[in-house]
Amino acid sequence: MTSTLLRAGLGLALVSLSTAPAVGASRFVADPYPSTYQAHPDGPLLIQNATVLTGTGQRLDNADVLLRDGRIIAVGDALQVDASVTRINADGKWVTPGLIDVHSHLGVYPSPGVGAHSDGNEMTAPVTANVWAEHSVWPQDPGFQAALAGGVTSMQVLPGSANLVGGRGVTLKNVPATTYQAMKFPGAPWGLKMACGENPKRVYGGGKGVAPATRMGNVAGYRAAFIDAADYIAKNKPKPAKRKGWFGSDKGDSAGDAGGKRDLKLDTLAGAIQGDIRVHIHCYRADEMATMLDLSKEFGFKVAAFHHGVEAYKLADRLAAEGVCGALWADWWGFKMEAFDGIAENIALVDRPKNSCAIVHSDSPEGIQRLNQEAAKVMAAARRAHMPEIAPERAITWMTANAAKALGIEAQTGTLEAGKMADVVIWNGNPFSSYALAEQVFVDGRRVYDRSTPPATPRSDFQLGQELR
Amino acid sequence: MGMVNKRRRAWPGATLVALLLMTTAASAQDLLVRGATVATASARGNVEDADVLVQGGIIRAVGRGLSAPAGVPVVEGKGRMLTPALFGGITEIGIEEVSGESSTVDSALKIGEQPLRPEFDVTLAYNPASVLIPVARLDGIGFTALGAATGGGFVAGQGGVVRFDGSADPIGPRALFLRLGAAASELTGQSRAAQWMLLQQMVDEARGQVDADSPHALLTPAGRRTLARYLSGQGRIVVEVDRAADIRQLLRWAAREKVKIAIAGGAEAWQLAPQLAAAKVPVFVDALGNLPTTFDQIGATLENAARLQRAGVPVAFAQRDDASHNARKMRQLAGNAVANGLPWADGLAGLTRVPAEVLGVADQIGSIEPGKRADLVLWEGDPLDVAHYAEQVWLGGRAMPMRSRQTELRDRYLQRNAQP
Repeated sequence: MTSTLLRAGLGLALVSLSTAPAVGASRFVADPYPSTYQAHPDGPLLIQNATVLTGTGQRLDNADVLLRDGRIIAVGDALQVDASVTRINADGKWVTPGLIDVHSHLGVYPSPGVGAHSDGNEMTAPVTANVWAEHSVWPQDPGFQAALAGGVTSMQVLPGSANLVGGRGVTLKNVPATTYQAMKFPGAPWGLKMACGENPKRVYGGGKGVAPATRMGNVAGYRAAFIDAADYIAKNKPKPAKRKGWFGSDKGDSAGDAGGKRDLKLDTLAGAIQGDIRVHIHCYRADEMATMLDLSKEFGFKVAAFHHGVEAYKLADRLAAEGVCGALWADWWGFKMEAFDGIAENIALVDRPKNSCAIVHSDSPEGIQRLNQEAAKVMAAARRAHMPEIAPERAITWMTANAAKALGIEAQTGTLEAGKMADVVIWNGNPFSSYALAEQVFVDGRRVYDRSTPPATPRSDFQLGQELR
Repeated sequence: MGMVNKRRRAWPGATLVALLLMTTAASAQDLLVRGATVATASARGNVEDADVLVQGGIIRAVGRGLSAPAGVPVVEGKGRMLTPALFGGITEIGIEEVSGESSTVDSALKIGEQPLRPEFDVTLAYNPASVLIPVARLDGIGFTALGAATGGGFVAGQGGVVRFDGSADPIGPRALFLRLGAAASELTGQSRAAQWMLLQQMVDEARGQVDADSPHALLTPAGRRTLARYLSGQGRIVVEVDRAADIRQLLRWAAREKVKIAIAGGAEAWQLAPQLAAAKVPVFVDALGNLPTTFDQIGATLENAARLQRAGVPVAFAQRDDASHNARKMRQLAGNAVANGLPWADGLAGLTRVPAEVLGVADQIGSIEPGKRADLVLWEGDPLDVAHYAEQVWLGGRAMPMRSRQTELRDRYLQRNAQP
């Protein structure tokens, strides 16, 4: 409730209570659909004698992790706690931060993949910055629970890539819930989904006979949209304070809000320009990523991450230098022309430069269940290529700390550091293996998955009773 | 093999190949692998510290303390595992280059009139120069089942087994591919019930119970002849089907018509495991499929392979999504099946011996036994674990270059700023 709107006159303030932004001050990111997520931590828990990958690049052998009140309290050797603390002997087990997938369509393209639930692409116009993926999320998608069994505790759910600008993505905590608001990661910024290349031009030029039909049409489309957004920002600049009436109700003076009619599309694009919404761009080819970096400079926004980026290895140095993450697959390639140059070492090469930000992402209800195995493939490919050995403590950052950074939730989660959310996974061994299984998963200190007690595993409403005969 | 390039020191298997190059006197298809853990994928199981002798591209002996005949190069296998070259699944490798570009895809037939063409044979379109082949081979894959994909009809057509040694022609018998259930409903008048109706009519035609000049004929004369071959037990009919109810119908149909079938996908096959075992029907399991992706897959579980195996059903693997470009993912399927209860030996068998048996080529490939082709892979670690990689692949005893278009790209960009 830090809305600057509240500084406006009384009448307006009452109205705006329900539209207070979750973060930031801009009205472009006011949230009328706020998170109702609540942590329900279990009692204090000490995980002992584990191999701990902290997500900060450290590996601690035979170490303990203490969780209390939904937070990481301490990580280290032989932590001393009083007798009331529950203990788990994790000898032989590995402990990591909860995994984070920056690119999921769970809920918007749920299982089963029926037409009635095909809610991921608003394929009615090439720029639909006005739509929000969260309004499509079906919380009963069984894929959420499957991802949880794979150690995924947070994810960004994005619109699809049919459009140049697909809409807002939402970051969720992976907990069973009846509403998406109850999964919505408190305070997480939205993402803006954009798409390069083949998909938009195929869907519109190829499919509907309207712009864009080419890559140059794609870029013209982004530029037109951001020109409108820049104009919108200018028009919405706070006006100099007028003399207030005694009731303070003049409409043009709501600090940061010029009071014009809201345009949902331009709200989102303006939020992106102002840095309150993270820009995530589906983009395969190196040359197109470079074009998008130029576009970002033309309009003054920052690219948080290129997604898919099968050619990211071709400009890994530039991505690192510009602080742009590469959210990538381990091995997808060749299913379309812009994916033809995929290589198995892509993530390793993107990870290589100083200040890099390599991320393993899924874009798949299967892949999200085994992000750890995707990373293992990359580690093996790098070894095969005689690249320097990638240690587990490094690889874990690809799906924890780096992912959190791309989503703007790195202050809350993504590492096992004191004060962070107690989003934790206990693995049956080294997670970078086909045989790795998440045994216990904690979200904000609550055990939400336990492999040893299947009945305790959440099941979506959809799955209930399907086995009855 | 003359591709060793100083600039590319980083390529794997370099030592092995150097060794081979030094011994040019022997046939390029001779070889002794010494001291490996030999995972035979046969009744012998894994043999520790064993040697495998290859001459003329054929495995001659498997055992301890074999000696290399004069001129036969020796490859040190100590601490490594040697397996048969792996099965790449039911794929379109060599019949599709870029999935999204129809000019490069030949896997499905779509002919408006008379769409049901069992005589359609995708192996005729096979391109052994496909860039997908070295990519798959680099990960230890030596053969695949080219599958006809459904285009205009639920009977997709025929495919067969190809080896990735550059040879142009399939080996072994053809297989006929068809799809049942919701995925084919659009092609059968919007009802899966019609699949049995149409199948029955085709069978009647192939058995000569419908006049050849009937205006209602579904099949061409060539189609009748083709289907008749399968109905007489020559070649396997591979059926992509998931729902238990449909599998039950399929088992009845196969028993009635006395045809050899295999199931591909089979998300709910575990629910009929005893019946499948009794009928000796193998299943190509998509071992990563645990979501109700469609209403035909409500019962999908990661334990499918393990449950089928326990009941005595022969288990092979096949994946659905991006099966061709990502055929290398097959060993991840096997590894995850093992993580979910399948014995390791059955995981390997599902990538080697079982698919070879199901597809009628087990007399040639799929296990490390004397008399079989020397299609072998030496692994840096456990082949079912994605954390490890293939060091060297031999097909017909010939060392395959451990390179692909992808490693060429990699090596160019491993040198930073290769291009501005």
